[in-house]
Amino acid sequence: MAEALALRLRLSGQVGERDRAPWLGRGAIVLYLSAIVLLPLAAVLSKSLEGGLAGFWDAVSSPESVAALKLTVIASLIVVAINGAFGTLVAWVLVRDEFPGKRILGAFIDLPFALPTIVAGITLMTLYGPDSPIGIDVTFTKAAVVLALLFVTLPFVVRAVQPLLMEMDREMEEAAASLGAGNLTIFRRIVFPNLLPGIGAGVALAFARALGEFGSLILITGNLPFKTLVSSVFIYQQIESGNTSGAAAVSVVLLAASLALLAAVGLIQRWAVRR
Amino acid sequence: MSLSAPSRWGLRTLALAYLAALLLVPVGMIFYKTFEHGLAAPVGAITSPNAIHALELTLLMVAIAVPLNAVFGVVCAILLVRHRWWGNGAIDAIINLPFAVSPVVIGLSLFLLYGLGGWFAGFSEAGFQILFAVPGMVLASVFVSVPFVVRETVPVLQEVGTEQEQAASTLGASAWQTFWRVTLPSIRWGVAYGVVLTTARVLGEFGAVSVVSGKISGQTETLPIFVAKQFEEFNYTGAYAGAILLAFLALTALLAMNLLKGKEDA
Repeated sequence: MAEALALRLRLSGQVGERDRAPWLGRGAIVLYLSAIVLLPLAAVLSKSLEGGLAGFWDAVSSPESVAALKLTVIASLIVVAINGAFGTLVAWVLVRDEFPGKRILGAFIDLPFALPTIVAGITLMTLYGPDSPIGIDVTFTKAAVVLALLFVTLPFVVRAVQPLLMEMDREMEEAAASLGAGNLTIFRRIVFPNLLPGIGAGVALAFARALGEFGSLILITGNLPFKTLVSSVFIYQQIESGNTSGAAAVSVVLLAASLALLAAVGLIQRWAVRR
Repeated sequence: MSLSAPSRWGLRTLALAYLAALLLVPVGMIFYKTFEHGLAAPVGAITSPNAIHALELTLLMVAIAVPLNAVFGVVCAILLVRHRWWGNGAIDAIINLPFAVSPVVIGLSLFLLYGLGGWFAGFSEAGFQILFAVPGMVLASVFVSVPFVVRETVPVLQEVGTEQEQAASTLGASAWQTFWRVTLPSIRWGVAYGVVLTTARVLGEFGAVSVVSGKISGQTETLPIFVAKQFEEFNYTGAYAGAILLAFLALTALLAMNLLKGKEDA
């Protein structure tokens, strides 16, 4: 799925001749997307500006909201840094290494995408919760936020890097080796630059996902204000307590950040294609 | 680059250790925890009336959202790939939105649109309850799963090209016949893959559905909401049993994904 996301985000402008326009289908598609996706999101935007720009700013800049946003962004940055490195490593091992059980392991990489997020949180708690058999309890700490986000974003970088590694021309590496380059130099000068577009796209998608993640966090973090409360849960609490315009304002900030990231993925891909 | 045996082993061990700590051992643990005291308790927990109702409601979400988004996905993919139009870029961007938006924000968006004072508040005023009822939950499920079939179908459509379709229409097939006899069979694995992803997403959706559902036990509780509620009420047997049922469905989806990936590549 990450692969699907990373490599298939840009679809338009493809083959196809200008023919008698299928306006019926087009109308249906536009109507469907408007009713299902656009109108609801427009309602959020409109609600967030209900109290004018001042009201919007008040909601976004309240101490609790700022703390939640800060935690969300910092935790997401830590998570994509770790998964950027380990995702690349896992992709490398899955493509270049050979060992029994490799194919089954490869199939399991997508599990965090298939597993419902609420189950992901409970699953992590069985090993890293109060009844941990190894004596590590991260619940209700910032480490829990990072752990849950690491789990749900694991596949993005792996799936974005894997196809690049498979397609990579090994002759370049062999040439470098025959000219006396060591493995570190080969990795730094040849392998890494070739994988960079994949790592970048995977990291951006993982970051967008981490910013909005909700289900896997709600049980394991305890949702303590100023400590483990992330933006998505903060929004949820504001809805529950009836402050929908405050919820809408913070939502717009999250939405803008995610859209910027998706745009970044698009740019990375265009850049990669051009190279 | 050819690594020496020790560094190859080192990298392999590091990668496997990371996957084990993050993914494999926790998933193994939850299976162990659920069945540690035998089958009777977990089976009892997921055959309680509320659990059965939650499962039925989850399957209802799948039964509505998946066919809807499958038909939409195929039509949309064909229009994007086969018919050039100035609006295609915008459609493309809108289809990506559900990936970028937090599930809670999706829930909020429906809450605001159909709730008191919303633009579509007229539905509930006319007696057709949307929020805190099944229709709202269906809308949330449809919203979160819009992109999958389109995303999976488009690249397959691009790959198969138009030659066979042109041959069919040269031989006198109508557009409809060409679609059923030529286009659809050649993209079927891509569509099927998208359908599996859609199903997995709808089965497990928690955030968006829980905002609009009101979480009324035995009425608007899907399986993921049931699991969360059991956990919050310290009924761990019920929570683990529900989680295992969902995990089992997820593993089935994963298996289907891998089988279909093989077909697609072949």
